Amino acid sequence: METVLVKIGYAIASLFLIFNYGLLLIGFTMKIIARVHGRIGPPIWQPYVDLVKSLSMRTAVSHGIMYYLGPVFRFAGGVGLYLFIPAVFGSIWLQNFSFSGDLLLVLYFIFFGMLGMALGAGESGHPYSAMGIMRGLSQVTASEVPFALAVIALAAQHHTLSISEIVAAQQGGIAHWNMVTNPVATVAGMLAYLGMMMHSPFDVHMAPQEIPIGPPTEYNSSFLVMLQSNRSVFASAKLILFMNLFFGGATSIWEMVIKTFFIFEFCVFVGVVFPRFKVEQSVRWLLQVPAVIGIVAVIIYMV
Amino acid sequence: MEEKEIKIEKLETENTQDDLGFDPKDYFCDARPKVVNPVANKMVRNFYNWAQANSLWILAFGTGCGSIELPPLYTARYDVSRFGIFPRPTPRQAGVFIISGYLSVKTLKRVIRSYEQMQNPKFVLGLGSCTVNGGMYFDSYNTINRLDYYLPVDVYIAGCMPRPEALIAGFNKLKELIKAGKAEGANKYAENFDWYKANQKKIIKDWDLPEYNW
Repeated sequence: METVLVKIGYAIASLFLIFNYGLLLIGFTMKIIARVHGRIGPPIWQPYVDLVKSLSMRTAVSHGIMYYLGPVFRFAGGVGLYLFIPAVFGSIWLQNFSFSGDLLLVLYFIFFGMLGMALGAGESGHPYSAMGIMRGLSQVTASEVPFALAVIALAAQHHTLSISEIVAAQQGGIAHWNMVTNPVATVAGMLAYLGMMMHSPFDVHMAPQEIPIGPPTEYNSSFLVMLQSNRSVFASAKLILFMNLFFGGATSIWEMVIKTFFIFEFCVFVGVVFPRFKVEQSVRWLLQVPAVIGIVAVIIYMV
Repeated sequence: MEEKEIKIEKLETENTQDDLGFDPKDYFCDARPKVVNPVANKMVRNFYNWAQANSLWILAFGTGCGSIELPPLYTARYDVSRFGIFPRPTPRQAGVFIISGYLSVKTLKRVIRSYEQMQNPKFVLGLGSCTVNGGMYFDSYNTINRLDYYLPVDVYIAGCMPRPEALIAGFNKLKELIKAGKAEGANKYAENFDWYKANQKKIIKDWDLPEYNW
């Protein structure tokens, strides 16, 4: 019984850490983008203020049960994803619920929140929501292909489906990282990562100038709080996942912060430089370039 | 050739199922808005007001010539994001409605619908003389003269056209009002709902809106 309670305590502490880290990361990135534009930019704690502001709205509109559950599924998807990824290698409390087959579960959980949100936003009845869902789902499905291929290549390389073991195999310096030992899978994985992070050029499902912010168009007040919280948890969980898979994991919180920060800035800088893809362009690109690289990565270990 | 009869159907709020089998009532509601008082606890109320004041989301809706004054706000020269002011494309999430200049009767309809879709608390900024007394369009046949007959206005920014600096000053005034708990436009609208509706219906001749749409 005590071990269960301790584990729950660790999970809550771990979630608290990642929630705050994600919000600060978003705030910091807004500041960086503003400085690139030559602006002063919002304070880095702006995401917290936005969260409290949405929480303090006095009325909220709901369109039905599924609409209600949409953000819940989304948030559960983000939290679930994070709780199965070991955040810091060797740490007791940031080990989360990592187990021998977590890599497969993580592949599933990345998609779970998306589907829940699709059902919820669909019930809002807003045409822009439906449009955003259609675009978002097709794009994420396309980016899952190269990501799955990269994961298969890694599993073949290390003969395991456990993230902890993949991280353990990469310890001992930069020469052991999968980035160096398996560059082809890393390229496929990092290009798929661009498609998953929903930053430009892969942000057509949100497209604020075209279809007012896509799936969450109708979400307001406390529903929005859940989506905003998920944004920080889900994004940081994905960053930690990619750090674990390709960049040697982390042995301390500081190492994790530095590595995930650079991984995040990779997609931010790509987004600042490249304009938005249309959905058919992005699907075609994801299936032509990263997917083919992923197939090559798998073939290397099959032969 | 036979002339085809063109039918213009009005959106009826009483049980009209369209061809696809959707009941329009599922997508808007006729319930009256209610007054929702702020939190009773003074400390929490002040904290919420502070958050509301420091995170103002403007509805991306431009009316009249003043809407051209809004884009410069987000550029390097004025940069309102440093005050926590951001554009938001959907009325469900936006908190500030800027009526930027003259308001034609046709636009007023859309403005009312958008305003009613915003959540409490919500704030209205009247930009330019046109929203105060009609400005240079005071005798026009299809623009309204006084905005606060139709929507509760928190801050007016006079001028024709006010520059972005004036708009920022207006935002600062709005922030002061919110922090002092005096920007209760949404509740004012709910309290005087009949009066506002009567005024709106007086000027909008082809009224085909639901009475209230969330």
